[in-house]
Amino acid sequence: MRRRDLLKSSAGLAALAGLGGLGGRAFAQEMPTFTPEEGASLRLLRWVPFVAGEEEAWNANTQAFTEATGIQVQIDQESWEDVRPKAAVAANVGSGPDMVMSWFDDPFQYPDKLVDVTDLCTALGERDGGWYDGLRAYATQGDRFIAVPLCAIGNAICYRDSHMQAAGFTEFPSDTAGFLELCKAMQANGTPAGFPHGKAVGDGNNYAHWLLWSHGGMTVDENGQVVIDSPETRAAIEYAKQLYATFIPGTESWLDINNNRAFLAGEISLTANGVSLYYAAKNDPAMAEIAEDIRTTNLPIGPVGESVELHQTSTINIFQHTPYPNAAKAYVAWMFQPDNFNRWLEGASAYCCQPLRAYESNPVWSSNPIHVPYSKASASLRTNGYAGPLGPASAGAMADYVLVDMFAEAVTGQRTTDDAIANAVRRLERYYRS
Amino acid sequence: MTPTEIRAAASDSPPSRSVLRRFVESRNGLGLLFMLPAAAFLLCFLTYPLGLGVWLGFTDTTIGRPGIFIGLENYAWLLDDPVFWLAVFNTVLYTAIASVLKFGLGLWLALILNERLPFKTFFRAIVLLPWVVPTVLSALAFWWIYDSQFSIISHVLMGWGWIDAPINFLGDPGAARASVIAANVWRGIPFVAISLLAGLQTIPQSLNEAAVLDGATPWQRFTKITLPLLTPIIAVVMTFSVLFTFTDFQLIYVLTRGGPVNATHLMATLSFQRAIPGGQLGEGAAIAVAMIPFLLAAILFSFFGLQRRKWQQGGQD
Repeated sequence: MRRRDLLKSSAGLAALAGLGGLGGRAFAQEMPTFTPEEGASLRLLRWVPFVAGEEEAWNANTQAFTEATGIQVQIDQESWEDVRPKAAVAANVGSGPDMVMSWFDDPFQYPDKLVDVTDLCTALGERDGGWYDGLRAYATQGDRFIAVPLCAIGNAICYRDSHMQAAGFTEFPSDTAGFLELCKAMQANGTPAGFPHGKAVGDGNNYAHWLLWSHGGMTVDENGQVVIDSPETRAAIEYAKQLYATFIPGTESWLDINNNRAFLAGEISLTANGVSLYYAAKNDPAMAEIAEDIRTTNLPIGPVGESVELHQTSTINIFQHTPYPNAAKAYVAWMFQPDNFNRWLEGASAYCCQPLRAYESNPVWSSNPIHVPYSKASASLRTNGYAGPLGPASAGAMADYVLVDMFAEAVTGQRTTDDAIANAVRRLERYYRS
Repeated sequence: MTPTEIRAAASDSPPSRSVLRRFVESRNGLGLLFMLPAAAFLLCFLTYPLGLGVWLGFTDTTIGRPGIFIGLENYAWLLDDPVFWLAVFNTVLYTAIASVLKFGLGLWLALILNERLPFKTFFRAIVLLPWVVPTVLSALAFWWIYDSQFSIISHVLMGWGWIDAPINFLGDPGAARASVIAANVWRGIPFVAISLLAGLQTIPQSLNEAAVLDGATPWQRFTKITLPLLTPIIAVVMTFSVLFTFTDFQLIYVLTRGGPVNATHLMATLSFQRAIPGGQLGEGAAIAVAMIPFLLAAILFSFFGLQRRKWQQGGQD
């Protein structure tokens, strides 16, 4: 069965499940109605899709919206790194797209330029089982929703089952200590792990944040005071050093694509990635053996005692400069109708994780055991710059690779642990200066 | 209106108009007028962006928020920022080594191409290839060549049994710097070689023939005739070469994004990283402005150091 066939057949199931399970509840809750303005038309700026099925489903839902309401929706795509500057300029100039599908802390770069969507989001949350805390935090300022949480792009460990078993493990360790033992054993077997310590925007930041958070460290406190110089951070760095010693050589030069390449070529047997890694193997007949052997699981739990990860997140922001705010809200409400949203999640084939708890029952998560860890992304997600406020400071610190650099400096021995932390403190204080 | 009528009308016009007329008809005035479009062009597309960049460097502008004037705060921070100084060091090292190598190898290549060779034009065309291929494409090729797992170089050397493990081209700071410099040299040689070849062909053959008759060795002919006559073109070529190298961006961005641990971050890449993805436009602009003194120094050096020798103007050294 090819992936496409699987998607087609399970899409039918999804439609049924959506109608039966969620549709019932939808009638129980009152959704506010948004009456589109006369003669409205909309423009949405979004990131270039990573999964063709996701784009197809989104566009099909949009098409249905246009047919139902007569409102034309133009969808512009930008590569995912270009969305941030484009959206920021649109917000400040007050023209351009009416809505943007943006990343991470973008709504907090221009909170005053966004339409309040509290009415819409509150109703959606009440209807569909509530928003996940992490994703809600990316969209709320005080009690106000300034954006609509859309999804988390899940990150999970991908490993070769046979290589793990050959290393003497029958089950994947769930804690950081056991994980280190596994990596040591796998290295001894010649099937090492590899996580990027290079300037990998997605994978590198995911790994660095997990290292810090799983050990209880954090960059700043609730007031934006830099608190990274802590015993927890030291423990995280010491742990990272030990893990790094078990990796395949060269991970300090890795960019986002390198771990995928090395994994698919059989050079490494364990890394963390989006579900795309699995599909790259599955869709290539030459890699059938690897695809059969791949298993996925969540990153192990550290001393902090719970599963905490960064993951990429996306929100939909409606600009105040749009002449048609009600049409925009109607569009978003349409996309979040259970049938439509389920279809979209299906299309994304586990690449996107739902922002609302009701969609945990979407069949995409039960259709393939590989997908299961990715269904927990929204639950384990912590906001960037935890526990500090979201905004230009948190965004800048991540884009400048402050954490990635701190770990890389220490594990490669370029700086001592103390110096690496001191350097991170300096850089963070600069970003979080009032 | 006939010409006579125009002249009549002109003589009747008030003095102010005749001043304007005299200005337009004068040699200098007309020249000034003709230069206006060019000046406007320069002002709009060169002076304004440059001025804006310098101004941004004195503000705390971020993407999405207009900044306020903060004086030298950005520069004070950079002065104290080890990552910035590392980038400055990398940029100077990168430029110096790459330029010297490009000059040496480029001159050598030009001298060879200037000799009688079979398929001369074919070789000259081939030499230009690295220059013609878009940088991003050649950088991607080098990315594979330097990959920490799939490098063809490592593969071949391991096949020969010379090394046991793949070379960590982009992971070790020293190796990473050498690797990006090698890629830059490969890309930059054709420009130097072809330009110097053009210079070599302007040197009259008769000078060399006369020297041969006087019993000069090939080395003497090279140092006493070729090199001195080539200096002006070397000055221009190397100025451009240094400028291109100093402001290099694409190669680094594709190969390492400045890694490992900022060991290959150039000022241009650091400026971009902080200004656009990082959103700190003011600080990014300050880093870019900090490149200007280095660039000016390079230009002044090649123009006054290489081109203004007295003997080039017929005087004594």
